[in-house]
Amino acid sequence: MDAPVIVVIGAGPAGTRAAQTLACAGLRPVILDENQRQGGQIYRRQPKNFTRPATKLYGASAASATALHTDFEALRSSVDYRPETMAWGVSGDMLLTECRGQADALRFDGLIIASGATDRIMPCPGWTLPGVFSLGGSQIALKAQACAIGQAPVFMGTGPLLYLVAWQYLQAGVKPRAVLDTSSLTTRLRGLGGLRRRPAVLAQGLRYMADLARSGVTLRSGIRPVRVEARQDGETLCAGAVVWKDGRGRTHRTECDAVGMGYGLRSETQLADLLKCDFAFDATSRQWLPVTDRDGATSRAGVYLAGDGAGIRGADAAESAGALAALRCLQDMGRPVMEGEMARLRAALKPMNAFRHGLETGFPWPWRHAADLPDDTVVCRCENVTAGDIRRAAGPLDSPEINRAKAFVRVGMGRCQGRMCGLAGAEILAAARGITIEEAGRIRSAAPVKPLPAKIRGVVT
Amino acid sequence: MSLSTQIAGRADVIIAGGGVMGAATAFFARQLGLSVILLERDLVGQYASGTNFGNVRRQGRFLQQLPLSNRSRELWGRLPELIGEDVEFVAAGHVRVSFKEEDSQRLEKYAEDCKPYGLDLEIYSGRQAVDRFPMLSPDVHLASFSPLDGHANPRLAAPAFARAARRAGATVLERTEVLNISKNSEDFVVETSGGQRFVAPQLQISVGAWARKVAAAFGEDLPLVPKAPQMAVTEPVPYRIHPVIGYASWVEEEGVYLRQVERGNIVFGGGRRSTVDLEAKRARLDPLNTLRQMPHMERLLPDFARLRIIRTWAGIESYTDDDLPVMGASSLVPGLFYAFGFCGAGFQLGPGVGATMADLLATGQTEIPLAPFSIARFASAAVA
Repeated sequence: MDAPVIVVIGAGPAGTRAAQTLACAGLRPVILDENQRQGGQIYRRQPKNFTRPATKLYGASAASATALHTDFEALRSSVDYRPETMAWGVSGDMLLTECRGQADALRFDGLIIASGATDRIMPCPGWTLPGVFSLGGSQIALKAQACAIGQAPVFMGTGPLLYLVAWQYLQAGVKPRAVLDTSSLTTRLRGLGGLRRRPAVLAQGLRYMADLARSGVTLRSGIRPVRVEARQDGETLCAGAVVWKDGRGRTHRTECDAVGMGYGLRSETQLADLLKCDFAFDATSRQWLPVTDRDGATSRAGVYLAGDGAGIRGADAAESAGALAALRCLQDMGRPVMEGEMARLRAALKPMNAFRHGLETGFPWPWRHAADLPDDTVVCRCENVTAGDIRRAAGPLDSPEINRAKAFVRVGMGRCQGRMCGLAGAEILAAARGITIEEAGRIRSAAPVKPLPAKIRGVVT
Repeated sequence: MSLSTQIAGRADVIIAGGGVMGAATAFFARQLGLSVILLERDLVGQYASGTNFGNVRRQGRFLQQLPLSNRSRELWGRLPELIGEDVEFVAAGHVRVSFKEEDSQRLEKYAEDCKPYGLDLEIYSGRQAVDRFPMLSPDVHLASFSPLDGHANPRLAAPAFARAARRAGATVLERTEVLNISKNSEDFVVETSGGQRFVAPQLQISVGAWARKVAAAFGEDLPLVPKAPQMAVTEPVPYRIHPVIGYASWVEEEGVYLRQVERGNIVFGGGRRSTVDLEAKRARLDPLNTLRQMPHMERLLPDFARLRIIRTWAGIESYTDDDLPVMGASSLVPGLFYAFGFCGAGFQLGPGVGATMADLLATGQTEIPLAPFSIARFASAAVA
């Protein structure tokens, strides 16, 4: 009998630990990685000719990052690692991939999706100006390319990444003009119960805040973004200031030369959707997520999710979840696994779940802002669709859910297929129609998961 | 259903199915003074009518369909005055190309044959074709150009007709599925998923791929096969290609077509069709078919290979065995009318079908010849 084919999508913390577990069991997993080098987003590696030390790149997580990289290098000969390879579609029981224009189709007996997450964006007027980056993008610029988004950036949004990125910029010698958080002290206290389940991580976050404050960085909570204002930069306009309101409703204006913006993360779930996995609405994070059990098994036999692609729990949880999903996959295939190890991993994930709930409660997605966005605010930047367009779809065009609005006014129809604007778009629709966000639905996924080069050849040609 | 159930609505005509055919019929029937109830199971124009390629093409059609198609084309040009919006109709023409002699001969013959029907085509051969349409491959052997054809946004058309029908007084009910139809001596009685009953002396069936079961229940079964033509769209690029371009090939996989929308994206489709799950109401899009389209697209449009595909989709169309629609009166049941089975080429016909069906519903006759489309043509053949 042929050895079963197990495909792991993604080579961040979850994908790497899943592949390692499979290799330890004597299998040779296929790893599909969109990036050029293993590490994922959080432990993204710098280009080969860059020489910054891990402590500089990953701060407090340097040891974890180095371990993940080293362990992966040790695995190289026992895995089929395919960098620069996108899993873009599903045809029957085959996963379709693309690498530099070459198509491939992989039949799989088991599939572990560790596709990670992207920034969750709440638009505000001016957010599409040059010089406005997502928090994740701000971090990648620094981590991979040793570039700052500006010399005087403002970081705005909410969630732990907000403070981490600001702190990393500070370490790199760029002092942020301000860190503006939409969550209030009240909501953070509400999340404290969950956050306390991981005291070391909580302490780390508090240290970032303290370092920023000590360096004279303005830290404000309970703010409301009003707009990003433009400044003239040569021939073009770019971000020049952030106008915001404090908790008492007073308006402030902070000059800057760049803005990093993000409101927590959203899971990359298109592949699970294309595989027809069941989804359920998650009330805390106000988004639809694939249904998984405690080990990461989805509703579709042989398909497992691990890491932030299954709900945002962060890098440490992703390592445990990746290993656990791989063990579960092996177990489901009738292979002997160590039950004790599975129990240990499940136990390790428990406080992570509580911590995640604490984060989502403490640093909530500011969904109420959607209702107040001015009509001329661009929401879908790919297709230049405004909040007013979505309200027209909701009202005069009578769209009961977000896919209908997409059909009418093109929200979520562009290059990113709604990965950036879908959640905010649904909030605007829900507010305009007076329905729940659950009723507003989610944008249905379609192949390709990301833009596919038309020069692609192979498999059928 | 008990006799005591309240009648929720009574009208001159009930239309089952809110695709472009049903929605346009509702609109034009109101123009002729009929009272109308339109019942749509999901959302108006959600299936084939909203997911098709958007071709507003006459050339290449079965000749006897041209009177209907011509009527429709005239209505397409008047949509703003009729329904208050243009649904992005662009009358920039339609180009059919061939790459080999035998296909070219077919195109030239068609250009002669369609003249008596009032369709004037321009033929460009070899170098002329590329001079006229510089985006085309230099390998093109011949191009047949229909200057008054064009394309429109299918996602907008049926809903626009339904809104116009509603403004004109029609009752349009979405998320209302027809569960049962019965006929008494005078009226059709239609029971819906909401537990309502609607009554009318005339009933039009425009439920696309789901029509076979309904027609069969009235004793008029026919071979009607659902298939899903597959589309995709590229990222936006500067707006340069105004007409629709299609490759007229007998080989299914080669037959691809494209149009560029003003926004800049190139919408394309064709080639191998995917299968359909009628129960789940889903087309089973096969991304392998997208891969199959690529070399044929590049053959038509060499620069295509430099673009990226951002989305794929498929729509649920239904096909008869002679590639012609079912349109007109039932041959068995008085008051019953059909408009379905447009074989993947119904979008352009939508307004014309609506106007023509409205003629039939209001007066019992129409000037458009419909004999080739009668459901009676299936009566003699044994249906598998």
